[in-house]
Order: sequence, then structure tokens, then C-alpha cells
Amino acid sequence: MHDLTPITALGGSAARSDTIAGLTLTERPDVALASVAARLGQETATRAAVGTLIGTEAPGPGHLAGGEVRAFWIGPDQWMIEAPFATHENIATILRAVTGPAASVTEQTDAWTRFDLSGEDLVPVLELLSNLDHRRMASGHATRTTIHHLGCYLVRSAANTASIYGPRASAGSLHHAILGAMGAGL
Amino acid sequence: MIIDHPLFGPRDASEFVYLGDASLMDRPDWKSETAAQDFHAYAYLRDNPAGPHRELWFHEGGDRSWLVITRDTVTHEITRVELARDVARKQRAPQ
Amino acid sequence: MKDTSAEGDVRQIEPASPGQPNRLPGGRLDRATTLPFTFDGKAYSGHPGDTLASALLANGVRLMGRSFKYHRPRGPLTAGSEEPNALVELRSGARREPNTRATTAELYHGLVATSQNRWPSLRFDAMAINDRLSPFLTAGFYYKTFMWPASFWEKLYEPIIRRAAGLGALSMKPDPDEYDKGFKHCDLLVIGSGPAGMMAALTAGRSGADVILADEDFEMGGRLLSETFSIADQSGADWAAQTVAELSSLPNVRLMPRTTIIGAFDHGIYGAVERLGDHLAQPAQGTPRQVLWRLTTKRTILAAGATERPIVFNNNDRPGIMGAAALRTYANRFAVTAAPRVAIFTCNDDGHRSAADLHAKGVKIAAVIDTRPDAPRATDYEVLAGAKVTDTRGRLGLTFAEIALADGAARTIEVGALGMAGGWNPNVHLTCHQRGRPVWDDAIAAFVPGGTLPPGMVVAGAAAGALSTHGALSQGAEAASAAVSELGNRTDPDNLPEAEDAPVAQTPFWYVTGADRAWLDQQNDVTVKDVKLSHREGFRAVEHLKRYTTLGMATDQGKTSNMAGLAIMAELAGKTIPGLGTTMFRPPYTPVPIATFAGRIKGRAFHPTRLTPSHYWAKEQGAVFVEVGNWLRAQWFPEPGETHWRQSVDREVAATRASVGICDCTTLGKIDVQGTDAAVFLNLIYANGFAKLPVGRVRYGLMLREDGIALDDGTAARLAEDHFIVTTTTANAGKVYQHMEFVRQCLVPDLDVQLISTTEAWAQYAVAGPNSRALLRKVVDPAFDISNEGFPFMACGEVTICGGLRARLFRISFSGELAYELAVPARYGDALMRRLMAAGQDFDVTPYGTEALGVMRIEKGHVAGNELNGTTTAANLGLGRMVSKKKDCIGSILSERDGLNAPDDLRLVGLKPVDPSAKITAGGHLMATDGPVDAAHDQGYVTSAAFSPTMGSMIGLAFLRRGADRLGERLRLVSPLTDLTVEVEICSAHFVDPEGVRLRA
Repeated sequence: MHDLTPITALGGSAARSDTIAGLTLTERPDVALASVAARLGQETATRAAVGTLIGTEAPGPGHLAGGEVRAFWIGPDQWMIEAPFATHENIATILRAVTGPAASVTEQTDAWTRFDLSGEDLVPVLELLSNLDHRRMASGHATRTTIHHLGCYLVRSAANTASIYGPRASAGSLHHAILGAMGAGL
Repeated sequence: MIIDHPLFGPRDASEFVYLGDASLMDRPDWKSETAAQDFHAYAYLRDNPAGPHRELWFHEGGDRSWLVITRDTVTHEITRVELARDVARKQRAPQ
Repeated sequence: MKDTSAEGDVRQIEPASPGQPNRLPGGRLDRATTLPFTFDGKAYSGHPGDTLASALLANGVRLMGRSFKYHRPRGPLTAGSEEPNALVELRSGARREPNTRATTAELYHGLVATSQNRWPSLRFDAMAINDRLSPFLTAGFYYKTFMWPASFWEKLYEPIIRRAAGLGALSMKPDPDEYDKGFKHCDLLVIGSGPAGMMAALTAGRSGADVILADEDFEMGGRLLSETFSIADQSGADWAAQTVAELSSLPNVRLMPRTTIIGAFDHGIYGAVERLGDHLAQPAQGTPRQVLWRLTTKRTILAAGATERPIVFNNNDRPGIMGAAALRTYANRFAVTAAPRVAIFTCNDDGHRSAADLHAKGVKIAAVIDTRPDAPRATDYEVLAGAKVTDTRGRLGLTFAEIALADGAARTIEVGALGMAGGWNPNVHLTCHQRGRPVWDDAIAAFVPGGTLPPGMVVAGAAAGALSTHGALSQGAEAASAAVSELGNRTDPDNLPEAEDAPVAQTPFWYVTGADRAWLDQQNDVTVKDVKLSHREGFRAVEHLKRYTTLGMATDQGKTSNMAGLAIMAELAGKTIPGLGTTMFRPPYTPVPIATFAGRIKGRAFHPTRLTPSHYWAKEQGAVFVEVGNWLRAQWFPEPGETHWRQSVDREVAATRASVGICDCTTLGKIDVQGTDAAVFLNLIYANGFAKLPVGRVRYGLMLREDGIALDDGTAARLAEDHFIVTTTTANAGKVYQHMEFVRQCLVPDLDVQLISTTEAWAQYAVAGPNSRALLRKVVDPAFDISNEGFPFMACGEVTICGGLRARLFRISFSGELAYELAVPARYGDALMRRLMAAGQDFDVTPYGTEALGVMRIEKGHVAGNELNGTTTAANLGLGRMVSKKKDCIGSILSERDGLNAPDDLRLVGLKPVDPSAKITAGGHLMATDGPVDAAHDQGYVTSAAFSPTMGSMIGLAFLRRGADRLGERLRLVSPLTDLTVEVEICSAHFVDPEGVRLRA
């Protein structure tokens, strides 16, 4: 076992959490990510493999599916798979064992930083951040969107929770933007 | 503008990057005897229609698909949106 | 003849609020609450529901500002956002907000307002001398008067003019408030909450449709709040309040008061400014004062109403002269009269409605002057049929109006306010934002929406020319039913509430014959005389008229003035008004503060910042940072005692070349390329070949654009038969990724290749210098052979470090030394940097920044962004032989063009000064040692320059004609911009270790 101590995207040794006006924003370094893209002609096999990984049918465009291991669609025949970091730090190897040569798997864990925004009504906050019809983004929706010039994924896993995945290097800027919207009091 | 993405549905044009004339997909054969002239035309010669125009847009803030969009350059009306990969494959398919 | 009976006629109004002499009964005010405020330092009071203008009028204040050019005393002309005159500085200190319309500024407790564009005071303004000088200050005066001498313009004339003619002043302090931007989506947007908009929102809302109803006013109801007629047996205002209550209860309807729709953009997108904090002394902590919304809509109903047009006569701009419907608004909604004694000047029936309403509130109507000989009679006041107002008097406010009666006799009446009822102009502005041009409607003598409307937009009510309440209600309901059924909902056939349906006809009457010093555009001081001058001097086209006279160019965009200007020009030019045309309406509908457009995207949040994995560690070391795109990179690491950056950089270079240095190179773009055709794909992308690159090896690659110019360079490492990692330069990471996706999807869709960016996933450090292997040996797990034989130059592979952490190792060198790049998952980057620094203590390991990185690559002759500058070919870069002729690659064919292959083409060379102490600057050009210095004798230019601690002098990289054949030649480096002339010697670009021995050690 190696002895290097990780830091979170915001630079801390523990995940940061902020509560403003009944809304909570939490850093989530405890997840591992990898992209799975079908090889040419292996689209069906890859979709099936993704289904096996998440225990349900692979989600289509704009959607999320699964439980503890979950997947969201990120491009034609391409998914992002998320799993607990503690058990899946080596996620690419784990996934490759399932997909076999049907898919290209790329570790994405530290390409992104996940923030969970939770609270009674998230729409007023999300409307200040991204140009999606948030009132109609029900649980199970997941899509790419732009937040303050940053390409992010927005994943709605529950009515009162939104997971925002932003580029890890810009975690500070993204965090600042979300906190600003939370504090706007709209 | 709003671009009706074939997979996502309507998305704001600010998520996209514009490249230009969709003829950029018709890259000439490098082995042709007229390759020099063909590539010159490919790289530099464009129609500039006032009206419907087929053009390439990249969904950078989305699924990173290249799209072929038919857009009226006068009114900005968009009449057709296709995945460029599908268009390219169709062009290559034996007739 | 003066009407001497006037004085005795004044009815004493019983002030309805103490200290507010012109306050009337009724209105939509919360009289239980009194709001103190000040204007020009003097204390007044008003009530919630007041605007600043209505509260000032209630306090007997008509004079609120001075005009732009002539500094004429002015009061409000209107009761809305079209106001040209009553502009004030609102608030004080850093929150000072110039050019705020008193007619829309909501009164709040403690409001502070100041008049503007006057000196020393509003009542005595020294610059009013301009009014006497007006014969010299006509349209276009600054083009004519200040022509000579030319040098005086910037130094003398312009500053004086700018000081004398102007609006309010900025605070020159940073705005302490937040502004924001956001996005809303709806199926149906209804713009305007008058009878048409209200009925539309109600019809659509009841059907279950997703509706936003937006109105610029703080109270919804539009014109209904200003009128006394009834809807469905209740007052219009009560019906509006009841409807607002019902709409508020519908979960599918969002009400947005205080929200101006400022523009109609492509495909149903609208810009909206919501004023969340303008009615407060200051917004709550964190809450934005204003939000700029981008509204994405499927359908839009424009129910923007209409604007009353004034009538033009001599001295029609005195405080107290205003729109007749504005007087009605002040009386009915704000319970205010501008003066106890009022006259109305009208050319249509609407003026009589104002007279009746004012009379009903107890205001004395001195006369209704109706231009029509067949004017309707009235029993409560005198109607002067066929009469006209010819002039007015009163220094700081209206005192007398002079009237020409039908029989030609003159009469003077004493009044404090005069209402002008020139008819109504539909507010067509938003219909024109997408190329639509309004069309002329003879029945109401006005422009109505026409031509191509923005897609998805329907216009209803007064904005469409339906000027009766019934017309507005029925059009609103119809438009909503149509929109809702297009959206797939169904409306119940609602019974329209009953409302007045007076046939509306408008007789045009633009100006009183003989008027000259008669104001069209009151804010920009454009008079009838100016339009005549414009015509005389040939500026007759409508767009010329506008620019020559500045008609309609003020902050109100001519909402109250353009039509009369057009009418007069049409008459002079012998054309009809539609024949003359209209100017273009463009967004924004009303002025928007720059701060609102900026939102939170300002200061350090102007763009996102990207931090490297070693950022926090570097900050602890006291590193100096530099912005590279959005990245913040360590530029150098000053040590105690170092006072100049060169000391730090020279030390970092020397220490790296002597032992070992570490640099964070995470910022380089990394693209994961997988698939069975990955190598075929890279062969097409890169000018040089990649098909035969063995697994476990890295190759330098050059990408060309299709036109043969270099796009980017980097390396590709083959981790497996079907797996490469491509690196790009920091600046081009996004562009290269986009290019690769273009090739993959559009050019070779049948190759099996998958791409994804992994730039930020991996922390990557360059470990460079003769001791780099020894240092790495201490962190790379022993199972991995990194000896020179086991892991030679240009090797790569997956390893583990520090007892098992997955990592990637590349033996590549930018510095020219024995060097590696080591990558670990980004979260471990901080720990790895600390570990490398600790482990490297034995070797005096040195962190180095981007400056030392740059120096070492120049010493080594490696090209970078300065050389890959969008004009250079592979041949220019000295890499011509890399372009494979055996395979197809992007840019291959066009790179062979004659024009890119001339015998005297530029080639990359090195250069050093003949005098080692002399300076070399990037951007300088190379000339023969003597002879002229000009473009015709230009032989090349310097792209990169640095002081080389290794060479002991400055060195440079340059592009030189036939450069490869000229090593040893002396040339003159000239930089006229920095006044530099230096003799230089041309040499190989590889200053350090040209044979590459160190790399392979």
C-alpha cells in the first residue's frame, strides 16, 4: 500500500461542506469515475456491459441509471461510470474486466470534481448557474452544461439533490460560483 | 439561437462551436492526380449563400458531437440537424 | 388677451397627505406609511406605491432636471420608462446611479436623489446661457463650429463640450452591489401585464400552460392601474389585482414584476432585466440588485401597450407640460396632480378622458383645447374647439399657456400643468429586433407591428393597435388560445369580462404650424428648427436625420419624439410617413447598467482559474505565479536574498542542468486515444508516422492544419497496441481535441478510435537533470527497471510508485537533460511533489517555474508557441523532413505548395549577440549589418529570446531567410519599437548538447 496522502480538489484533507440559506454544498472526493466508449461495431456489447456494471439498462442520452454503481450518458455509445472510491480506486481495471475488448475504458476519477447540492428547492440556484430547463429536469436526468464558462455535468439523482461535476483544476472557481448562487436568495 | 440536437433536443447555441461549410467533410483523395488543385479548392473555396447553408457545428458544451446543420444565413432558421458522423458514413456507403 | 378670471377660479385642493400639497384622494398608495426622502438635499415625504416623480409632484416640485444641451429646466414628461426629462442621480457614494428615471424609480424610505447636468444648482444653472446661445448650437453644430484648428478638438473643444453637455456623473468607485445572470425556460412568455397581457396570461394559465408574465412596473396591471373605467363591474385596477391573485395561485404561472424584456433574439430567446433590489436602500447581503435573465421560450405574446405622443408647439418643454395620459396616471394611480390648475391640449377623444378623470379628482380644468372643430362638448369645463396652444411662459415651470382660438383670437390662460394628448403609438420595438419593420395603420395614424415578427411571437392589445380595453382583452385571450393550442394544451372558451369598447380613431396632429423652438426630443434638445435645418442641408433620409440632429439617440431612444420628427421631415420632403420609413429599433428596450451585463463575471471570477496539482505546495514555497490561459502556473520560486527574477531563474536553470529540477507540467493537454485503429488515426493526424511506434515508446509529433501550416506539437506515447496518450501544448489543448474529434467523426467515421481528454486527471511532473534517474529511483517501486537500458530515451510505461500507487512514466525531455515526466492521479499530485522534494534533498533538487522551463527549451532549440505562431510550416521549423510522403496526413498535400517552398524560405536558427553583454529581444527583425532598415530589406524575425545562464549571454531563436545555410553569418537585429540595434551571429538553434548525449545518458 502506498503512503501518499491525497488532497481534495479544493485543496483540503477532508471534503468541504457549506450550508447557506438551507442549502448544502458538499465536496465528494469519495467517488471514482471512468468513461466507457464502445469500440466500432461493439455498441450492443458495450451497452450490455454497462448494464451489467450498474445492474440495470444503460441510460440513453440525457439520463442517469444505476445505484451505488451508476452510469450517465456522455456521448453516442459512451458513458461515465461512477462507483465508490473506496472499493473502486482502480476503476479502469475493474471495468475493463467486465467490458473486455468491446470498449475503451479511461480513468476519469480526478479529471472531475463532484459537488452535491442539496436542499428543498434547487431550481432558483441552478437557474443562476446553467442554461437548462431545471424545472423539468427530474430525477434521473443527467447532461452536460456550462457553469460560469466551465463545462460541467449536471446529474439529478433525487428531487432535492443535484450532483455537479466540474473540471478538477477549476474546483475553486466552480465552488465560488455555486456558493454565490446559493447566497443570492432567489 | 437554439439548435435541436438529434440526441439531446433543443440546446442553446452558446454550447456549440462553429466551424463552417459542411463541404469540409468532403476531403479529397490525396493520391489523385489532381490532388493539389482538389485540396486547394477544399481548403479555400467556399460558397457564401444568402439562404440555406449546410454547416458544421461542434457541441463542445455537450456530447462533443459534430453536427451538420442546415441554417438560413438570412433568417437564422434552422431546418435540419444531423449527426455529422451519420452524414459522413452515408456519404461513404456504397450507393 | 389674458384670462384675468383665472386666479379666482383656482379651487383649493384639500391636501390628502400632510405636507404634500398636490396629493389627491384615492390612488394605489399605502397612506398609512410615510416615506421620507430628499431631493437636492431638501427633505420631502411620500408613500409606498409612489415613484420619485409622483412623490416630488405631490410635494409641489415640478422642476427635476436640466436638458442636455441648452440646460433648459425640465420636469417629467411621462409617468413611465419612456421618460426623456426627469433623470436624476439616485443614491450617493459608491451606489450613485446617474440618469435614473424619476418616473420609474420606486420611492423607498430614505431615498436620496440629486439633480444632474446643472451648476451650481438646479434652480440657477449657469450653463443655461447655452439656451441664449442656441442660434449657434443647432443640429450638427459641433461638426461645423469646432473644425479649426484641428489640434484644438481633443485638447480644448471636446472636454468643454463634454463638461457642459451631459447627463449624470459616475461615482468612479467600484459598485458595492452584486449583479447576476441566469436562465429561465417557459412555454409561453407574456410581455406586459396590461389588459391584453393579463388576459393572455390568465387564459394560458388556466389551461395549465407553463407561463411567465413579465412587466417592467412594480405593480402588475399596466394601463389598468391608471384608468377609471370598469371591467366586469369592478374597476380595472381591482380586476387586475384579482387576476394577479389568481395567477399567483397557479403553479404553472410565474409572475415577474420589475422585469423589463430588453430584447428579442433568435429562436424565441429574450433578454430580461429583473430589478430585485432597486426599490431598496440596498439589497440584502448576497442578493443581486439586478439579474439579467436569458429566457428561452416556445411562444411569446407581446402586450407591451402603447406610448402617448406629445404635441409640438413653441416652448412645449416647460416643467408642468406633460402627456395628458401621464397626468391621468398621476391622478388615478398615484393620487397626484402636477398643479392645482390644469389644461389639456388634445387632438382626439383620449384627452377628454384625462380632463374628466382629473376633474373627478377635484383638479380644476382651466380648458380643454381641442384641435378639432367638432370637438365633443363638456359640462364640467370649457372646451375650446378648433383651438391650439401656440406658446407657453414660466421660467422654472409652466405659468401661462397662450392659445389661438378657432376664430384666430388669442387667449392666455394661467395653468400649472398642461396635458398633451397627441394619440398613442403602439410599442412595436421588440417586434423589430429580428428584422421586422412596422407598417403604417391609417385608422390610428401610427405604426403597428408588421412584416416578419420574431418566430413564435404574436402581438396583442394596444401594441398591435387595438386601443380599446375590450380590444386588448379579446386579443390577449385569442393570442393565448392560439399559442396554447399550438403547444398542445386546450383553453376553455372563457367568457371575456365586459369592458369599454369605444371605437378608437386617431387623427394625426403632430405640431402647431409656426412652431420652431418647439421640442421634439426633449432629452437631446432637438427642435423643429433642427429638423428643418437637417432637411435644408440634405440629411433627409430617416437614418441621416437621426444622426445629424441626434433625434432619438438619447437614453430614451426617442420613444416620445421619433414620430413627430418623422412627420415633420415627411411633410418637408413631400412624402408620407410610411414613405419616409422608420429607424431601426435595437435592443435594449430601456438602458441596462453595464454591471448587469457583467453579472458575477468580474474581477477574479472574470474567467475560471485552473490550479495545478502542486499549486498549494508552490504557494507555500512563495512561488510567483503567471496566468497561462486560465491556468495559474509557478513562474519562478524566489529564494531568500533573491531580489530580481533573473537571479531565481538563472539559479533554477543552473541547478537543473547541474543536478535535478522539478517542474509541474500538468497543464499540457492529454488526450486518451484508444481503439484498434488508433495508430492509423494518429498517422492521419500527425505529419510524421506513428503506425510503427512500438508499445512502450514515445514519439515527438507535429500536427499540421490542412493548409500546411503547423497546428501544434507534442508527443504520443503508446501504452498498448490500441492505446496512445497524445499530449498537446497547454494553449492548444481544446483546439487540438476539437480538431481530432472533427477528423474522427467527419473524415474517418469508420475507423475504430475513441477519444477523451484526461488533462486534469493526472498530475504530471517533469523531473530533469543528470540526477533525475537517481531521484526517481527513490520513488518508483523497485519492481520497475528504469535503468538506461531498461527504460531508454523515449520509453514510456505504467509503473507504481511509493509502494503501489499507479503512475505513468515517460522518458522525454524538453530541457535537453536526462529527463522524465511522471504522472499520478491528480489527488496525489500534492503529496508526490512533497515526496520528490524530500527525496531529492540529497541532490539539492530545485523546483523550477515556467521561466526556467522557457530558458531551457530555448537553449535546447525546442519550438513552442512563439514558433508555432500560425504562420509557420514544418519546413520553416526545420522539421520539413518529418512530413511523411508515404502516407496521407492532414496538411500533407498543401504543405507542398510552391508558395510554402520557396528557395529563400524562413528557417529556424539560433542567434547570439557579438557583444555578450548586448540584449536580444523577441519581435526584433533581422537586417544586413549595414544598409536600410525597412520591410523590403527584412530577412527574418526573432521569436524567442532569453538570458542563457549556460551560454553566459542572451540568446534567441529566429526565423531567417535561407537560415540553414547561414550559420556563422553576422546580421543586425533591429527593434525600432524598443530602439534597439544589436549585431548578432547566426548559429544552430541547439545551444546546449546539440548531439543529444545528455538525453540518452
